[in-house]
Amino acid sequence: MGKTRRKTGTTTPRKSRSPRPVRKLKFATDWTYSAAPESTDHVRLESRYGLFIDGKFSEPRSGRYFATISPSTEKKIADVADASTADVGRAVKAARRAFDGTWSKMKPSERGKYIFRIARIIQERAREFAVVESMDGGKPIRESRDVDIPLAAGHFFYYAGWADKLPYAFPCRDPKPVGVAGQIIPWNFPLLMAAWKIAPALATGNTVVLKPAETTPLTALKLAEVIQEADLPPGVVNIITGAGETGAALVNHPDVDKIAFTGSTEVGKIIQKAIAGSKKKFTLELGGKAANIVFEDAAIDQAVEGIVNGIFFNQGHVCCAGSRLFVQESVADDVVRRLKDRMETLIVGDPLDKNTDIGAINSKPQLEKIREYIQIGQDEGAEIYQSSCPLPAKGYWCRPTLFTKASQSHRIVQEEIFGPVLAVQTFRTVEEVIEKANNTPYGLSGGVWTDKGAKIFKITGKLRAGVVWANTFNMFDPSSPFGGYKESGVGREGGLHGLLPYVNLS
Amino acid sequence: MSSLQTLSMTATPSAGVPDLSRVPCVDAVGIEERCSRFQTRSIKKESKVAGLKHVLSMIDLTTLEGQDTPGKVRQLCYKAQHLHDALPRIPHVAAVCVYPTLVRVAHKELEGSGIKVASVATAFPSGQASKKVKITDTKFAVSEGADEVDMVISRGEFHRGEYTYVFDEIAEVKQACGAAHLKVILETGELSTLDNVRRASVLAMHAGADFIKTSTGKIEPAATLQVALVMLQAIRDFYYETGRMVGMKPAGGISRAKLALHYLVMLRETLGQQWMTPRWYRFGASRLANDVLMQIVKEQTGRYQSLDYFSKD
Amino acid sequence: MILKTYKLYIGGKFPRTESGRYDILKTSRGAAVANICRGSRKDFREAVVAARSAAEKWGAASAFLRGQILYRMAEMLQGRASQFVQELELQGFTLRAASRNTEASIDRLVYYAGWADKFQQMFSSVNPVSSSHFNFSMCEPTGVVAVLAPGEGGLLGLVSCLAPVIVGGNTCTLLASQSTPLTAITFAEVLHGSDLPAGVVNILTGRRDELLEPFSTHMDVNAIVYCGSDSKERQETRFNAAGNVKRTVCRHLRDWYSPDAQSPYMIADTQEIKTTWHPIDT
Repeated sequence: MGKTRRKTGTTTPRKSRSPRPVRKLKFATDWTYSAAPESTDHVRLESRYGLFIDGKFSEPRSGRYFATISPSTEKKIADVADASTADVGRAVKAARRAFDGTWSKMKPSERGKYIFRIARIIQERAREFAVVESMDGGKPIRESRDVDIPLAAGHFFYYAGWADKLPYAFPCRDPKPVGVAGQIIPWNFPLLMAAWKIAPALATGNTVVLKPAETTPLTALKLAEVIQEADLPPGVVNIITGAGETGAALVNHPDVDKIAFTGSTEVGKIIQKAIAGSKKKFTLELGGKAANIVFEDAAIDQAVEGIVNGIFFNQGHVCCAGSRLFVQESVADDVVRRLKDRMETLIVGDPLDKNTDIGAINSKPQLEKIREYIQIGQDEGAEIYQSSCPLPAKGYWCRPTLFTKASQSHRIVQEEIFGPVLAVQTFRTVEEVIEKANNTPYGLSGGVWTDKGAKIFKITGKLRAGVVWANTFNMFDPSSPFGGYKESGVGREGGLHGLLPYVNLS
Repeated sequence: MSSLQTLSMTATPSAGVPDLSRVPCVDAVGIEERCSRFQTRSIKKESKVAGLKHVLSMIDLTTLEGQDTPGKVRQLCYKAQHLHDALPRIPHVAAVCVYPTLVRVAHKELEGSGIKVASVATAFPSGQASKKVKITDTKFAVSEGADEVDMVISRGEFHRGEYTYVFDEIAEVKQACGAAHLKVILETGELSTLDNVRRASVLAMHAGADFIKTSTGKIEPAATLQVALVMLQAIRDFYYETGRMVGMKPAGGISRAKLALHYLVMLRETLGQQWMTPRWYRFGASRLANDVLMQIVKEQTGRYQSLDYFSKD
Repeated sequence: MILKTYKLYIGGKFPRTESGRYDILKTSRGAAVANICRGSRKDFREAVVAARSAAEKWGAASAFLRGQILYRMAEMLQGRASQFVQELELQGFTLRAASRNTEASIDRLVYYAGWADKFQQMFSSVNPVSSSHFNFSMCEPTGVVAVLAPGEGGLLGLVSCLAPVIVGGNTCTLLASQSTPLTAITFAEVLHGSDLPAGVVNILTGRRDELLEPFSTHMDVNAIVYCGSDSKERQETRFNAAGNVKRTVCRHLRDWYSPDAQSPYMIADTQEIKTTWHPIDT
C-alpha cells in the first residue's frame, strides 16, 4: 500500500526527540477472557464400554479392555473393549445376517427413515456429543460444537434422502448394495468420520462393522446408543473398538465385501496389499500435504485467516490441512507479519473452554512426533516462530508453529506432520508455484488466494488434488465430495459421488 | 516509503493522496467468517464486567437531533459524568457529542470533568455543502470549545472517483481543527462495498484523520462488525506503514452491551493492547450506556434489570 | 513373403525394443507370421516417460478436440479395415469374426468419440452446500494409465480398454495381447495418422508375465487397467498397485460385443473427481 505515493509535501524523516517507535502490536492485553468451560453435567458416560454387536453391547471374547484418556488432562475417561479376531468375526456375522435378512430387502424409503432418525437424534444430543468429542479427542468445543457434530448429523440427513433415489444417481444402471462394509476411521474427527462412513453405506443398503480409533472411541460408542434409540434392526451397524490388530482382522475377514479406511498413507497401502487377493472393493482417504498459495493480489487479511484456518484447525490434525504455505515474494514479509500477529491471538488450552482456539494434541505419541518434526525443521535451517501463548501444565500441547525460509527439499515440507506446524515457502510465478505445489506424492487438497477469477480457474485446474479451496479453506459439506488424488487415496466421500463406493452397478 | 514516515504520534497532513489501487482487496465472506468468530467468544464473569467498564469509558454519549436544546444537552452532560451513581467505581464516558450550536453548553457543563466535547461538523450528516461552508462549520465548532470534530466525507465525490477532492477536503478540515482531534466519518452504509470502506479508510488516514468512524447514525446500515473489522485492519496497516496510531469509532446501531463486547473482542484481537483505551477507541451511541449499566448491575446482583431503574437522558 | 518385424510405439515413434529380443508369431498351424518385439522393462520405462510428458497437454485439450481425434481414429481404421481383417485372420480369427471384430472396433471408437464432450456433464455436480460458497465437482483425468489389454477380443478388446482411458484425457501405455500383437501395432499406425499427439498412447508388445511387474509397480503410473481373469495376475496387480496407491481397474469380459462392453462408467474408472469451492458474496 502507498508504495508509489507522490513524494510531495514535507518529509520530516524523524524528530530528534522521539526515537523510532517499535511498530509492534501487543496482544497480551490487560483485558482477557475469563474461563468459560462448557458444562459437562448433561453428559452420561459409562465407566466401561463393551462391543456393539447385533444391536447390543457385549463383553469382548478376549475379556480385555483398554483405557481411553483425555489428552487435555491425561486422566482416564472410560475403559473400552479390545475386540479380538473372534469378536470381529461375531460382528461381521451379525452384519451379514442383517444384510441378508433385513436391510438389503427393506423398502428403500423405510431404510431412509431410519437414517433420518439417526440424524435427528444426533441433533438433539448435539451438546453431549460435542462435549464427549472434546473430552476424548482434545479438540476445542467450538469446533466440535460448530463443525464436527452438525456436519455429522448433516451427513446422515443428506444420505438418508438418497436411500430411495439411488437409480437417479446412476443413470441406466441398477445400483445394488455391496454387502458388509468394514470401516476403519481415524482419531481426528471421530464422530464425523463415523458419519462419513456409515451414512452412505446404510443409504445404499449395506450393513456395517465400524472400528473407531483407539484414542477416540467414545463418540462412536455414543453413536451406538443413538442407533439403538433409532431402533435400527440388530446387526445393521456394529461398532467394535480396538487398535491396529482389530482393524487388520476386519480388513482380512473373508466375509467383508468392502473396506473403507481413513488414516495414514502407510496403513492405506498395507490395506490395499492385504486385500489384493480378494474381490473386496475399497476406498481410502489418506494423508496430505496441501499447498496453500497466496498471490500478491489476494485479499490478504482473509488469506491470513484462511492460512490460520488451514493449518491450525483441529490442532492441524487434518489430512487436508494447508501445511505448505506458498506466498508470492512481493507480499511474503507482509503476510508473515500478519500471520504472526494473528497467531498471537490464538488461545491454546482446555478443549472444553468455549474460547479455546487450539485444543490438546490427540495423544502423547502424536505430540512426540510433532516435536520431532519441529526439531527437524530447526535442524534443516528453517526459521521457527511460535506464538507466545501460555500452555496448561498437564496434557499434550503444542504452540502454533511457523517455519519460514523452508524449501522444497526440507522434510518439514515433504512429510505430513499432522500438527499445528506450517512451512512457509516463497515463489515468484504462477508456473513455479504450480510445479512446487504438485511436487509431492500427495494430492488431497489445495488452496489458492487471488482476486483474479481467470487465475483462480487456471490454478484450481492445475492443482493435482481432490479438493481445491479458492479464497477459502477447510470447508466441508455433506453434499460436497471429498477425497484425494495420487497417494492421498482412492474414491470420494460426501455428495453424489460418495454413493459410488457402496454400490455395485449392473 | 521509509522517507515518508511521519513519526510523531499526532496527525500531520499526509504527504499526498495514497495510491488506492494498492490497497489490499477485501473478501466479504472471509470478513463474515472472522466476525462470527468474534461473536462466539464467550465473555463471562470478571471479563464481562471489566469489558463492560471499558465500553462505558469509550462511549461518545451522543445526541444529534433537530430538536436538541441546551436543556437536553445539559441533562446529557450530567448523565455523562454520573452514569449510575448507585454503582461504585463506574467510569465516566469519553465524550459528549452534539451539534456545533450546542458545543458551548456542553463545554461549560463538562469543564473539569475530563470528558471531551465532540461536535459533528461539515454539514452533518449528508456532507452536501461547499468546502467553504464545511470549513466554517468546523472552525465554529472548535471556537465554541469542541475538543473533537466528527466530519463526514463527501461520499458522492468518493463514488465518482474524485479521491483527491475527498482527500484534500479532509486535510483542510483537519487544518481547520487546529488542536482538536478529527474523526472522519466514512458513512459506510453509503459506500456499498467493503473494498470501498477499506479504501476510504486509507484515504482518510493519509489525509490526517485522528480517528476513523463508521457512520453518522442517520443511514442504515450504520456500524456493523464487518465494516468495523475492515477499518481496524486498515488502521493496523497504516500503523505498520507510518508508525502513526489512528483511533476507531463505530457509531450507530450499537445499543446492546453484548454487541459492544463483540466490538471490544474484535479490537483486542485485531489491534491489541495499545488501542484499548478511550484515547484510541470510541463507541458512538445514545442508548448503549444504560444497557451496559444494566448488565453490570445484573452481574453484581444476579437479577435481570429494568430500564425503569436507569436514567434516560 | 518377407517376415515383417512389428515394432513398438513409443512417444509417437516406432522403435525396436531396446532389448533386441523378438518373438515369432506363428499361426495355429505353426507357420511364422511376423517378428514381434519382446518389449522390456526399459521399453516400458521409456513409454511411461513419453506418456507423462504428453499428459498435461492432452489432459488440457478441449473435449471437442479429443472427440474429433477419436473420430478421426475411427475414420483411419475404417480406411484400413481390410488390413485389420487380414491380420486378425493371421492371428487365428475366421474371416467372419475378423470382419465383425474390425467393424465393432470402428463403432466403439465412434461411440467413445461421442462421449468426449458429454461424460463430464454426466459425472459432474454442482453441490448445494450450506455455506455461502459456490461448490462444484468435476472429472479430471487420473494421469498416466497402464493398460494390460485383454488376451482375447482381438482389436476390439484393445480398443474397448484404450478408448475410455484416452477420451477422458489420460495418456497411456498399453501392453498388447500376446495373441493379437499384429493388430495392436498396426492400430498404432492408425493412431499415428490420426492427429493423436505423440505419447498419448504408447503400445508395447511382449510377454505379460515379464511386464506385469513393472506395469504395476511403476511409481509414475497413476492407474492400471488389468484385463483378464487370471486371479494370480490380478492379485499381483492389485498388490503392486499399492506401492503408490494406483487406481486399479480389473476388467473381465467374456463378450466384447455385449452392450456391457462399452459405457461412460468405464471412462469414469480413470477419472478423478475434483471439488472446487469459492465464496459467494452475501
